[in-house]
Amino acid sequence: MAAPETCVPAILEIADDCLILGHRLSEWCGHAPILEEELALANMGLDLLGQASALYAHAGKLEGKGRSEDDFAFLRREREYRNCLLVERRNGDFAHTMLRQLYFAAFMQPFWRTVAATSSDETLRGIAAKAEKEMAYHLRHSGEWVIRMGDGSDESAARMADAVIELHRYTGELFMASPARAAAIADGLLPDPDTLRAEWDETVATVFNAAKLELPEIRVMQKGGRDGNHGEDMGHLLAELQFMQRAYPGHTW
Amino acid sequence: MTTVSQSPTMSEGRDNGARNDVADFELARALEVASGVPDPEVPCVTVADLGILRSVTRDDAGLIVVRLTPTYSGCPAVIAIEMAVQSALLDADIEARIERVISPAWTTDWISEEGREKLRAYGIAPPVGSSGGRRAFFAEDVIACPRCGSAHTTKVSEFGSTACKAHYRCDDCAEPFDYFKCI
Repeated sequence: MAAPETCVPAILEIADDCLILGHRLSEWCGHAPILEEELALANMGLDLLGQASALYAHAGKLEGKGRSEDDFAFLRREREYRNCLLVERRNGDFAHTMLRQLYFAAFMQPFWRTVAATSSDETLRGIAAKAEKEMAYHLRHSGEWVIRMGDGSDESAARMADAVIELHRYTGELFMASPARAAAIADGLLPDPDTLRAEWDETVATVFNAAKLELPEIRVMQKGGRDGNHGEDMGHLLAELQFMQRAYPGHTW
Repeated sequence: MTTVSQSPTMSEGRDNGARNDVADFELARALEVASGVPDPEVPCVTVADLGILRSVTRDDAGLIVVRLTPTYSGCPAVIAIEMAVQSALLDADIEARIERVISPAWTTDWISEEGREKLRAYGIAPPVGSSGGRRAFFAEDVIACPRCGSAHTTKVSEFGSTACKAHYRCDDCAEPFDYFKCI
């Protein structure tokens, strides 16, 4: 069964998460601390762009208005992007980037596993089966770095602790279901993100324990991305992401 | 190691109308040509060896349809592979449509035994074990060096020259080598 057209906004939320984080990782090109991580960051970014591309293509098909994956990725305005705030956060240092990746992958890996097993939409199940494997890799890679740095030198531990203070408040939005998401959940297309919280908590607790990091207590989580309310950094990100299509409309390789 | 080798099939194509009665030589030829196209990044193996060529059939209108599946969501070689298959078929004077399928998701379990041998001979360690889900942090598989066979190897990087490979070094013969990641 294919998803109804009303599910398009929910699919776009996930596609936007993948696109924006994939773009953030691509910004590391030429700046990674070591060559191996240069490759790792670019590869993980590529996985996310691939997932975004498949999701946009599927959303465009369901919407039926002839919008292509490029139209979604390059030709929407800032408020139309519905990615969560976590993925648009600046790269910061390597500790920030790896912690952000851990937070995201610890959510997406069980998310895709559930979609692959339970979604009512066949195409989404196919995208999910592949994405789950990729996110398992991201989870392992970022988790190992968070442990290494958290349980590393005084400097690396301090930087990782800073990253936790800066980023942890953005993790709550992963588990919130927007009105758009609620429709897709009701249709059996996507899982309720809140049902994935226990596994996320356990993964993050395992890593933090090994990394000798403390889980902060945050009473009010940041949110807004799912409503199109983004941080200041988002405009800068889009300026670069969209430059070619804005400067040369319709340009192709 | 148990390997589920899934060769591309023509099974669906045999169900199409009158073509059942006569051997479909063009379809058989299309399968042969498509199967022989080398992977652009790892030219020692063909798209059939890797298991990314899923099927060669005819659609309801009688046009040959070649189904290919990507290894990774963002694999930049996807378009190059599709173009290579299309042009190999054109060279063989066969009209065909290329279709990208994503379900079921490709797994390294589909790399044929022959493909694994070709990878090893080429200097790339084939995937070890069968694909699974999450692995423990810092879990290490034993990857044998494709050159000297030694099991004393060290992972240099989880990510290598392409999305599908990791980078290793042999501690005995000191050669660096690629490992085809198991997914």
